[in-house]
Amino acid sequence: MQGLTVIAPGILSLLQDAGRFGQQQIGLTTGGPLDSFAFTVANRLCHNNDNACAIEISIGGLTLESSVDSVIALTGAKLGLKINGQNKTQWQSHAIKAGDKINIGFASEKNSGCRAYLAVAGGFDIAKQFGSQATVSREGIGGLQGGPLQKTDLLPCSNHRDLELLRFSEEQQSNFNSNCNSNFNSNYPDLVELRVILGYQQDHFSPVKQAIFFSSEYTVSDLCDRMGYRLEGPKVNADIEGILSEGICLGAIQVPADGQPIVLMNDRQTIGGYPKIGAVFGPDLAKLAQLSAGGRIKFTAMDINDAHQELLLTKRQLDQLVLEAL
Amino acid sequence: MAATLYPHIEIAGADALIVYLGADTQPEISAEVQRLAQGLQSFQGQEIVDLVPSYASLLINFNPLLCDHLWLRKKIRETLDSSTSQQESESRLVELPSYYSEESGPDLNLLASNAGLSPEEVIALHSEAEYRVYAIGFAPGFAYLGQVDQKIAAPRLATPRKKVPKGAVAIADRQTAVYPAVSPGGWNLIGLCPTPMFDANNEPHMPVAVGDRIRFRPISREEFFDLGGELPEFEVQS
Repeated sequence: MQGLTVIAPGILSLLQDAGRFGQQQIGLTTGGPLDSFAFTVANRLCHNNDNACAIEISIGGLTLESSVDSVIALTGAKLGLKINGQNKTQWQSHAIKAGDKINIGFASEKNSGCRAYLAVAGGFDIAKQFGSQATVSREGIGGLQGGPLQKTDLLPCSNHRDLELLRFSEEQQSNFNSNCNSNFNSNYPDLVELRVILGYQQDHFSPVKQAIFFSSEYTVSDLCDRMGYRLEGPKVNADIEGILSEGICLGAIQVPADGQPIVLMNDRQTIGGYPKIGAVFGPDLAKLAQLSAGGRIKFTAMDINDAHQELLLTKRQLDQLVLEAL
Repeated sequence: MAATLYPHIEIAGADALIVYLGADTQPEISAEVQRLAQGLQSFQGQEIVDLVPSYASLLINFNPLLCDHLWLRKKIRETLDSSTSQQESESRLVELPSYYSEESGPDLNLLASNAGLSPEEVIALHSEAEYRVYAIGFAPGFAYLGQVDQKIAAPRLATPRKKVPKGAVAIADRQTAVYPAVSPGGWNLIGLCPTPMFDANNEPHMPVAVGDRIRFRPISREEFFDLGGELPEFEVQS
């Protein structure tokens, strides 16, 4: 078997496809990339479909050795990419040859983010569990052994020679960022605005609590992982402590009795009994996931119809961008 | 807040709606959740990405590139209207064997004495009732069954165990469950079930589904081992 061999796994490197869907009825969560925009662009740069299996690298420190000739791309956090010791640019594709060593470093400057995505042409060819390759460590499902990459793991992928290398001009990137409210090119400020679609038990949060929620600054606490980001700031208790357990969507903002909001991420529990004020708009979760403890957040309300239009616009603009680069 | 009328559709997020069919734990409400989920099943994998049934609600994740919340609201209304006249298809009865004893359920005696009952009476009350699978969640294969007789309802432990063994039959408030795998947990443990509740490698992955009826059948120590049961080490509770 050939592919990429793990020389050093880094802090937390996980194989992820777009996520595991249609399995929540038996209690399986979705998993999938925390920054789905960076994940998608990494795959597009390698001529892959949007569900191809790539690596989510949190914090950094991953080193791989290739036994194939192929194409790779690193997007997301500015961790630094080296092929055989030579610095390479992120957010564009690069050819690799059998024997090449690929190294992903650590963030060295402020506002670099903390989640990067390494895609390879054709994607990693591993078995699906419950219809997906997404690793959910908490469940021990997906990836190679249901957990993070380990030293000496072989990540199977095949030879892909003569693929066109893709890159986007600075102008294309900045246009995209302003049109789509996106983070192209690893610019991750440490104060982010998260748009919230009000819903669920919103009526149980008084107008005063909602005003506090939308006018205050919150800080990411140390308790932030793939399950959820617990925030610290002014309390915004609901007028009820608990509810009959119900389904939790990605980005749902639940507020337990201590009044501190928790934004639920990809590895969240599928059902739960805390009141929720609404959910963070999906694409904005990427900005949250790029923050680490101490990062700052402001919430603003967003209408569901505006959210829908922006999702369609972003999809169309990304398709267009890739077409132009080809 | 004004009294809520059911069914009630609420936004959950940019690509999710939640339908409330009621406000409490009742077989009739749960059956309506099931009917709605089954009615929408044909869209799963297309417009609908995930259906998450629970006690009295159904969360519906949709693909915003293929539909929008207005389309989904229409489909929900149509499904609710078309299914109100239908009788609930007879739900399945699943029997789960349970070896009740102090060695397999370390909280059995304490739960009994707190309830002013003998352990035998607790076992009888737990195994004579028929339960319903109201929801599956918390962990893969963890089925929330309700409701146990008020007499044997028991609050969660003050200090949860770090490790509850696989197969533990447990009670929390008026809910009961079988732990599908080793996990932390604060429920009261009264027995062990040798039937695997979750198998990632074989289909069906679970012996039960939301909406099924469940009955526990008391088994002897000998039958427990015959059915492949193993006695784990229990964490001692102070």
